Amino acid sequence: MHYSIWKRSIVAVAMAALVLGLGCNKTQQDPFPVSGAITGWQKTDATRVFAAKDLWQYIDGDAEHFIQAGVVSTSTSDYTYNGNLEAVIDVHTMSGPDGARKILETGLTRDAKTIQLGDEGLQYAQSVSFRKGRYVVRVVAYEATPDARQALMALAHGVEARL
Amino acid sequence: MKNRREFLKGTGAVLLGSQSAFALAGSLSSASADQDASSAKSKVVIARDLALHGQGSEPNEQRVINLLDHAMTTYTGRDPKDAWKHVIAMGLAQDKVIGLKVNGLGSKGIATHTALIMAVAERLQLAGVKAGNILVWDQNAHFLEACGMTVNTDPGKIRCYSSEVAGFEEQESSWGVARIRITKILTRECATIINLPILKDHSMAGVTFALKNMYGVVDRPFTLHADNCNPAVADLNAIPVFREKIRLTIGDAMSSVYDGGPGFHPERLWYPNALIVGEDRVAVDQTAWGILERKRAEVGMPTLEAAGRPPRYIATAADASHRLGTNDPKRINLVEV
Repeated sequence: MHYSIWKRSIVAVAMAALVLGLGCNKTQQDPFPVSGAITGWQKTDATRVFAAKDLWQYIDGDAEHFIQAGVVSTSTSDYTYNGNLEAVIDVHTMSGPDGARKILETGLTRDAKTIQLGDEGLQYAQSVSFRKGRYVVRVVAYEATPDARQALMALAHGVEARL
Repeated sequence: MKNRREFLKGTGAVLLGSQSAFALAGSLSSASADQDASSAKSKVVIARDLALHGQGSEPNEQRVINLLDHAMTTYTGRDPKDAWKHVIAMGLAQDKVIGLKVNGLGSKGIATHTALIMAVAERLQLAGVKAGNILVWDQNAHFLEACGMTVNTDPGKIRCYSSEVAGFEEQESSWGVARIRITKILTRECATIINLPILKDHSMAGVTFALKNMYGVVDRPFTLHADNCNPAVADLNAIPVFREKIRLTIGDAMSSVYDGGPGFHPERLWYPNALIVGEDRVAVDQTAWGILERKRAEVGMPTLEAAGRPPRYIATAADASHRLGTNDPKRINLVEV
């Protein structure tokens, strides 16, 4: 009887530690700036999170590419800048930095501009991508506007600071 | 009430086992109407409006309607209203639900344009279709949202919902390597489907357009990706309900991504400013593949073959065991306007 209670207590403590650990992890890893945290940017929907096995529901056709590189989960959320420019942030949590590097390199094209952001960053007219540790992040605007490049950079820095 | 197969049997139509249901019920295409089956070519119309986008990234709505009318008139040889009445009649869809299968997987940046969806819906209504008998659908609500659509199940308006709402058939369907469950939107709710894909490069299939758009119809599309989606794309489309109900493709090539697809990569976005219309989805895809390759060559990119993802499923779809259409350019009557 005593043994059973002791055993249950051990299990309960272990479970609590696991839950708390995961909870802390999640809090630390929420990379999405809240509305107004970055000037002009509003977060317009709830963050959606896809485990690797469910990634096809978000990016079917691209999911295998991420899975092969060791994606653990992908989080995404939509934003607007000053009420008109729409953008999306994708944060891919990889199993390690190598996977993040592989994903970033795959997206590299000749017109990419290298930027100082995270461990390595790339900028295009309508998007910013970077990796930091095991994270690889892509911030994409749906339109090309005169202020898109600068606004996206500010948002990307906001994400980078939270990783 | 006769089902479709019984109806066709009653009309004396002969199942040739080839091409789409139009081979059974006749063709919308003006050119093939007076040709015999052995010499008939599959007609594909590419209609372009180089001023479609103006200065913005969204096409001008009125110009999209005009482009659609131009494409349909060219394809059918009829005035727009009559053309759409013919679409309804050929789909055996009088007073029945007509589905518009869109594609929003690539997010707002590269999804079937709202302007095209609404133009088709408007023209169907002008031809006598009740708003509630038009059902815009895709795999999930987010994809529909990417196409600028809001979920609506009110039968008094144009309806719009996904397979998440309708559910999938309990029983698996299979053909070749394809073993999937099909959305009830296709199997039960719609009498006929107008296919509204958007032209994109695809990281595995090479090209995604008319045939590949059917991946959004099944419960586990990720099971169909092996070997560059070949023969899975062809096998899926060979399942009888796809053959019978996917009637007409009005392909959205107003904007496209020539690399990095199927997701949205603005640095690889371009504006072909075109609609590609046809009943033979293999011929439509063969034509679209050519457009994509020309763009890749123009920007100095390797061919899809060299990139390791040639869309071989197109030839497979045309082979003797699938007979979904033709990929032979000599048998495609390509009309560009």
